[in-house]
Amino acid sequence: MNIVIPHPLSIIVLSPLLAALIIMLLPRQRFFAIRFTGFLGTLPTVLTSLYIYLNYDRARGGMQFVEGFPWLKQMGISYSLGVDGISIPLVMLTAVVIFTGVFASWTITYRPKEFYCLLLLLVSGVFGVFVSNNLFFFFLFYELAVLPMYLLIGIWGTGAKEYSAMKLTLYLLAGSAFMLVGLLALYFYSGLETFDLEALTRAGYNVGIQRIAFFLFYIGFGILAGIWPLHTWSPDGHASAPTAVSMLHAGVLMKLGAYGVLRVGVGILPEGLKFWAPLVAVIAVINIVYGAYVAMGQRDLKYVIAYSSVSHMGVVMLGCAAFNAIAVNGAVFQMVSHGLMTALFFALVGLVYEKAHTRDILAMGGFARRMPGIALCFTIGGLASFGLPGTSGFVAEFMVFLGTFRAHPEKLLGRVPLFMLLAIASAVAIVITATYVLRLLQRVFHGPLDEHHYADLPDARTTEWVAITVNAALLLILGLLPRLLTDLIGISVGQFIR
Amino acid sequence: MELNLWLIAPEIALCGLIFLVMAVDLIFLRSSRKGWLGLLSAAGLCVILALLAGLKEMRGSLLGGFLADPLAFDFKLIFLVAAGLCSLASVDFAGRHLRWPGEFFSLLLFSTLGFMIMVSAGDLILLYLGLELGTISLYALSAMQKDRPRSGEAGLKYLIMGAVSSAVFLYGASLIYGSLGTTVFAEMQPLENAGPALVVGGVMVLAAFAFKITAVPFHMWAPDVYQGAPTPITGFLSVASKAAGFGALIRLFMGPLFSLQGNWFAILMVLSGLSMVAGNLLALPQSNIKRMLAYSGIAQAGYLLIALCALTEKGMTSAVFFLFQYLFVNLGAFIVVTLVGSSVGNDEIRSYAGLSRRNPLLALCLLLFLLSLGGIPPLSGFWGKLFLFWAGIDQNLYFLVLIGVLASVLSLYYYLMVARQMYIEDPPETTPLPVSLPASIALIICALAVILLGYPKPWIALAQAAAKSLGLPQ
Repeated sequence: MNIVIPHPLSIIVLSPLLAALIIMLLPRQRFFAIRFTGFLGTLPTVLTSLYIYLNYDRARGGMQFVEGFPWLKQMGISYSLGVDGISIPLVMLTAVVIFTGVFASWTITYRPKEFYCLLLLLVSGVFGVFVSNNLFFFFLFYELAVLPMYLLIGIWGTGAKEYSAMKLTLYLLAGSAFMLVGLLALYFYSGLETFDLEALTRAGYNVGIQRIAFFLFYIGFGILAGIWPLHTWSPDGHASAPTAVSMLHAGVLMKLGAYGVLRVGVGILPEGLKFWAPLVAVIAVINIVYGAYVAMGQRDLKYVIAYSSVSHMGVVMLGCAAFNAIAVNGAVFQMVSHGLMTALFFALVGLVYEKAHTRDILAMGGFARRMPGIALCFTIGGLASFGLPGTSGFVAEFMVFLGTFRAHPEKLLGRVPLFMLLAIASAVAIVITATYVLRLLQRVFHGPLDEHHYADLPDARTTEWVAITVNAALLLILGLLPRLLTDLIGISVGQFIR
Repeated sequence: MELNLWLIAPEIALCGLIFLVMAVDLIFLRSSRKGWLGLLSAAGLCVILALLAGLKEMRGSLLGGFLADPLAFDFKLIFLVAAGLCSLASVDFAGRHLRWPGEFFSLLLFSTLGFMIMVSAGDLILLYLGLELGTISLYALSAMQKDRPRSGEAGLKYLIMGAVSSAVFLYGASLIYGSLGTTVFAEMQPLENAGPALVVGGVMVLAAFAFKITAVPFHMWAPDVYQGAPTPITGFLSVASKAAGFGALIRLFMGPLFSLQGNWFAILMVLSGLSMVAGNLLALPQSNIKRMLAYSGIAQAGYLLIALCALTEKGMTSAVFFLFQYLFVNLGAFIVVTLVGSSVGNDEIRSYAGLSRRNPLLALCLLLFLLSLGGIPPLSGFWGKLFLFWAGIDQNLYFLVLIGVLASVLSLYYYLMVARQMYIEDPPETTPLPVSLPASIALIICALAVILLGYPKPWIALAQAAAKSLGLPQ
């Protein structure tokens, strides 16, 4: 590879923003121009993220492609970007999801101009969080990623959209209030007068501060990551949101929360994590089990997927809590795998809803005969969801459970091997996942077809194929060749866990 | 004592502008729609602003009672910009809704003059004069929209409450004078173990300023007056009168009365906490946007008081910076309310339904202002609040900061409810809302400022200079 792209990370963050500005200037009737600009704004992010993946110097490790300039020098705030093995997979994930999301929202005809503007704005924020090297900008981008959601769900959503939008926004902003307090605490107690991530990593906070700060960040980021019992915004929000927004939110935004816990909680405050690890792990397992049970009880297709996200995010948090190389590696891998899987699911649900005009599982049946392509992709996603070997879900869950099994060997209260039990419990929970996924597949795509109701049910068409095939293919590729990512993640995780 | 009139040059120039506006008003006696006088006063204010900027390095005191220092400079900047933007925004409004635009604009300038004198005062008597000139003009302005009964009601309520607070101030000032034997700040030397008369005097003065800054429980007048007064005046009032109150508070309590902090510090903390909680809670059920903004202003005063409670240079820097950004944010919001109100005919929040499709510019600007009030990064309001909380945490005011952070999450609910009306609801009619050119210029200036203050460095430097001149601990 001889191509050199200057400032690749700035390109990734700014190209969606630029596209949003251009769309703002386009006349509102030019539907195609608006969509095409959206496409052009996301294309560079895919190519550039591929470029950083290929050109990341694996022998050196650490933060690379570093760039930036000081913003408010006397306070240690600077625009500073950089990526390591943990953030690269997530940047790539975001690029894929938004790229496919643009195609999934190709059919939006109600105020498309505002829709694409907000969507691209949001994506800029997401990229910004993943590549920020300065905690302050991390926070700024985080807010940028959260706010457009209110309008995106409120205007283009379905069902109780205003309620869901307000609930989601207030929950997430309450989370960011906790983060802000934690942020200021880190700043003041380091005595370094800087927000630079690497400097803060070396700040060596005393144990008491670490415990308090970790708790603040755990609540703050955890709300976004959907930890029980603060997850209730997520099913409502995801079910009400339009397709591309659900894809992005469940696929990528929830990962911001987990990434935050990993980067700030685990990276800067390892003592805090050690103290809270049993709590984090127990809540993570509650997420896994409870999410799966609730998913089983849903009739609305979108709620099933939304609760399965709550369940799968538990796997990520469990990996973070276990805090050894293999579990954290698995957690990051699960972020990517779940991101692709959920994006695929929401894209599929969007298509099914658009064609069948219902999301009620009991009203469907036998759709595989009318839409074989959609059924196939849904099956791939479903298999990945309960971790069938050969799909990415298997790799991720296997790594996390393996790591958890070995984690924190000291026994709770002197006799309970907590993490071992948790690993067993969450592995068993996969059975529940398999139950609801298989039942869903059977109900929706097999069984008798209501010929009268669904006489002319088409399969996916033209642009609709992009979102579902790309995501489904990536799920399989990562399942068969997990080393594409695990090696890269492993480099940084190794440096991370000292 | 040397008589250096350059120290007071901006005030003299402002006097000149007032007489110019009145004279022009009388020359064109016959024409009835004289909104364009607002352009004249805005242009004049620009010149005075340039003059003030040119005299930035001027330091000193005139006859001991009138001070020109960085603190006064910063606040004068706020008043002049507020008056200029308010004049621009009222050009169309005054021509359409008021019978006497000439009086309207000259009273606005009188009020500005009063507040400028108030923050420059180095003497209790002059402080009182400035305060009265500033607020009496505002009483008249509030009652100016004679065809609306609410306007008269607002004027009367404001007058009565204002008179009470003036009386409290005067009584307090007389007690201070009685204890210390002087009215000049520079000569005051209160001891740590001050007599009860001085303490009572100080607390009464504090109460009088609490009226001006609309701190709970001295806020009762604000919602009614805000709702009833002509909207551009509400905007001016919400910014300038509040800033003047804070200016005088800082001048007096971070200056000569600083050593009595043991007696008033707790009061200030209670005022801050109550204002944040009550302001935000009472804003939730409002259906009139002016009342909602009044309560939000009360809450914002509460945030600001955190910085004063810090009692440090950092605290004052953050307070002055917060006022800089609050000027643009709040005034901008009221300009939008003016424009929508004068087209739609009322100020109900549900009249904002579908505003984004009737006038995207107005809706976008109001969204920016509301998000900034809610403290969303990277807008100016976020930085303002961040510095306030920062200063608070620095002095271990954890409890107040915690209230502040939680209250700001709460506040987003009612700000977003307006956003919901503008962006999500369908408009009752799709006719575009017309906006006059001068008002949209004022609006765009505010919106740009809200975005550009996201890079706060130069403004911090200004605020820091003011805070340094007080000689507080770091």
